[in-house]
Amino acid sequence: MAQTKGEAFLQCSNCKKTVFSVDFEQNLRVCPYCGFHHRLSAKLRIDITFDPGTFEECDADLRSLDPLEFPEYHAKLEASKLKSDTHDSMISGRALLDGKAVVTAVADFSFMGGSMGSVNGEKVTRTLERAVDEKKPAIIICASGGARMQEGLISLMQMAKTTAAVSRCNREGVPFIAVFTDPTMAGVLASYASVADVILCEPKALVGLSGSRVNKQAGVHRVPDDFQTAEWAFEHGMVDKIVVRKEMRGTLINLVKTLGGALYV
Amino acid sequence: MSSEQPKSHNEWERPLRELDDSLHKLKDLAKKEVDEDKREELQAKIVEIEERRDRYIHLLYSNLGPWEKVLVARAEKRPYTLDYIQALCNNFVELDGDRRGFRDKAIVGGTAMFGNRPVIVLGHQKGRNIQERQFRNFGMAKPEGYRKAIRLFDMAERFRMPVITFIDTPAADPGVESEARGISEGIAAGMLKMFELTVPSISVVIGEGGSGGALGIAAASRVLMQEHAIYSVIPPEGCAAILWRMPERGPEAARALKLTAQSAFELKLIDEVLPEPEGGAHRDPVSAAITVREAITKHLNELDQLSPIDIRENRYNKFRSMGIFEA
Repeated sequence: MAQTKGEAFLQCSNCKKTVFSVDFEQNLRVCPYCGFHHRLSAKLRIDITFDPGTFEECDADLRSLDPLEFPEYHAKLEASKLKSDTHDSMISGRALLDGKAVVTAVADFSFMGGSMGSVNGEKVTRTLERAVDEKKPAIIICASGGARMQEGLISLMQMAKTTAAVSRCNREGVPFIAVFTDPTMAGVLASYASVADVILCEPKALVGLSGSRVNKQAGVHRVPDDFQTAEWAFEHGMVDKIVVRKEMRGTLINLVKTLGGALYV
Repeated sequence: MSSEQPKSHNEWERPLRELDDSLHKLKDLAKKEVDEDKREELQAKIVEIEERRDRYIHLLYSNLGPWEKVLVARAEKRPYTLDYIQALCNNFVELDGDRRGFRDKAIVGGTAMFGNRPVIVLGHQKGRNIQERQFRNFGMAKPEGYRKAIRLFDMAERFRMPVITFIDTPAADPGVESEARGISEGIAAGMLKMFELTVPSISVVIGEGGSGGALGIAAASRVLMQEHAIYSVIPPEGCAAILWRMPERGPEAARALKLTAQSAFELKLIDEVLPEPEGGAHRDPVSAAITVREAITKHLNELDQLSPIDIRENRYNKFRSMGIFEA
């Protein structure tokens, strides 16, 4: 995250250079010096991805509960609501992309690390089901540390639920495009995200199954320097394309036009 | 407090093992004893210790806490997948290889007869001693394990065979080579394939249901759990490492995660809890296997009533309903 240095300047957390706030925002929060793609809120991501003013939110009334009465979960939920100005880690809805109707779900990492609990899983599932029902391509933009531990096995089952919804898209000939942003990890990566028709990925995004703390716990210590980066995943054939932020909208437009071609006649 | 908690099943069951050992010795002595009076004396002692042991087993197992369940679920004496395949199936032929250059030893499977039904049967396999454990990679499957499973699922669909999977893994393999070959995609594709099946599928959690590594072969029409098995989104130690940066607080995390079969059933995430013999499945593997066989048969009989499309839709709807939120 870029750190604020007064009002007009920011410091890039990656290269430590001082950047004009205005330049930084105009550059879609990509550092003009080192090219580091800083994280975006879901709302900002929606603004820079879809046709201006066309996004209509769905499922906005879904709220997380604390079914296991898990330690500190309730407080974390409340704190995240204040911090991120969303109600959970995913915003879903309909939008236009270069005039073409799509359905979408966009993750917000600032809400409990973008973790997939019941609400997040339900929004992903509804998005994919909506894609099938309305015959529109689905675009899901991921940013998540994985399943939401605080909902225990219920959150693990969101992996199954969302993956089941992908199987419907496949059967009904509805394209599903996933965009991996920093980070796309664990329970999200090991479910619906990895079985998308097309996977695009932002540069330097963290992409992998287990985080470093869990890895250490499992005795995995020596790893390549670029382990679990977008570039490493790309080299190993796990994603289709690394796309810089400025070109993401254009790439999505091309894909929707081609893959979704049969739906728009 | 957490430091006083036992760390292994062996440690936790030590008093029981000591009773078992002395019983063994006494029985040996009684067998060799020629003097009738002394033999009767020994017999009486044996009966007394057996009663004491049974009371102790009852005490230990009748009220297991979540952490104790974790220890029992991980016990190396517990019957493993191959034990259940041997006990429940005939004509088993193990099939192997992902046909992409790799072979996984942590997921085993093949074709077999389950009663009079040809089935595809597979599951995670752990090892009992150091060599076996390493050979089986501690029951942690690599991408090739899920890809082998997918091959078998494909065959199940093609030849209209029900699928039975046994779940017993701490987690998917977290190593560099597994990442390089797409472990996440392997897990996701395993689930995806299971959701496409129009033949019935039953998963039985027989030990550890370790997060995605378990789920990759557990997206089944019916999911059953043995009484002392666990199923969790994250290992309790990993949860404690993230929450408190203290893996040794695993017992607390085990409680918070509600990872027991009983909790999973209350939350409607599994279909049935299968009772185990007193003292756990490892104390009486034969009767544990009978319970598993009867349960699988019952569920397969129920699923037989559905059309292929309904089997697929039934599975979809079951997982579709999982999630607790306010709307």
